[in-house]
Amino acid sequence: MAEEVKLFRNWSSPFALRVVWALQLKGVPYDTIYEDLSEKSPLLLHYNPIHKKVPVLVHNGKPLAESLVILEYIEETWKQTPLFPEDPYERSTARFWARFGDDQLLHSVFNVFIKQGKEQEEAIARAQGNLKYLEEELRGKKFFSGEKIGFLDLAFGWVANLVSVLEEIEGLTLIEHEKYPLLLAWIQNFIDAPIIKESWPPRDKLITKYRARIEFYSSKEAAKK
Amino acid sequence: MGDEVVLLDFWPSVFGMRVRIALAEKGIEYEYKDDNLRNKSDLLLKMNPVHKKVPVLIHNGKPVCESLIIVQYIDEVWKDKSPLLPSDPHQRAHARFWADFVDQKVYAVGRKLWETKREEQEAANKDFLETFKTLETELGEKPYFGGETFGFVDISLITFYSRFYLYERFGKLSMEAEFPKIVAWAKRCLQKESVANTLPDQKKIYEFHMKWFGLE
Repeated sequence: MAEEVKLFRNWSSPFALRVVWALQLKGVPYDTIYEDLSEKSPLLLHYNPIHKKVPVLVHNGKPLAESLVILEYIEETWKQTPLFPEDPYERSTARFWARFGDDQLLHSVFNVFIKQGKEQEEAIARAQGNLKYLEEELRGKKFFSGEKIGFLDLAFGWVANLVSVLEEIEGLTLIEHEKYPLLLAWIQNFIDAPIIKESWPPRDKLITKYRARIEFYSSKEAAKK
Repeated sequence: MGDEVVLLDFWPSVFGMRVRIALAEKGIEYEYKDDNLRNKSDLLLKMNPVHKKVPVLIHNGKPVCESLIIVQYIDEVWKDKSPLLPSDPHQRAHARFWADFVDQKVYAVGRKLWETKREEQEAANKDFLETFKTLETELGEKPYFGGETFGFVDISLITFYSRFYLYERFGKLSMEAEFPKIVAWAKRCLQKESVANTLPDQKKIYEFHMKWFGLE
């Protein structure tokens, strides 16, 4: 039976990129539907009525949303090139760090770039504290998942993708070389991997997009005062 | 085989309750340690240095944190009895999605009912109603969120039943009037020993919150 796999994404979403990478690493053929998130298609809203976001994976007509949930589904459905650890304890550790990335690290990193003055100093301290955990997790490992790219690397992919973009926009280095040698090495190894490299969104477009985002959120922050 | 299972928890924690239910469903023997969150034990700080929160499951000395991650771990390790997640990948994804929805929404919208005042409270009430309406719609006519059997999504949500009286007092609403299916579902879940033995009495939880947050 011909499998039908469709991925709803936009050009830049780091969450959608996780799914792109997972499908490509496993060699699963799929069709891409690009969404303009300022004008969401009726089909997207039909497939993800609860959150109305990308990514959405539709497999043989059945939709799935939430990137980390989708990654688990992909792992269970296409068993070649396993991305998750086999051991349940290691699996729970990987899930823990993925959630940490999405729930704590992401906000803390963005806050660095939208806050000013003393609040920015506090945001930097917090973000760097969070990044320290990643540095420790990499001890003795090339990738978070070990010798090869796996689930946790995909979950942290946005760190490799976005942080340097934000740093460039603001002229501020968050991932300092002396403090995060392992993390910087991981970033380089990750973005050098062919599958990752070919799917990277264009940097100049990312800079334009995030510059606008930072300005928007910074002015919201300033307006609060 | 000697399996050492310890649960670090705090009795009113809706998240800790999820783990207690899962352990009971599987018939796992464990040592329960109550940790008062305003006076955290050294063990908790050592076992969950990142979040310093309960619940933490310590299995043969190794900690697992985050309630839904713990429940999945329990399901994967003690896999020969009472499966908590379905075996079909699509249904598993569906279960994970809805448990994640509960995590993203229910705790926060509930808290806002007593944290907000005046105009903000109106918005808080609206959010609360919308969230539970979504859950009621998802439940539909099914006996449980997973279908015929009690499972992952039911575990993720049922613990909030202990807060229903709290929600009713602060939201000035009747859960049964607004969400009859949810309340019927909750009562169905309470017929299970694992749930009935775990969930504290609603009034007890209400009194605890009044004291803890100084709401009196």
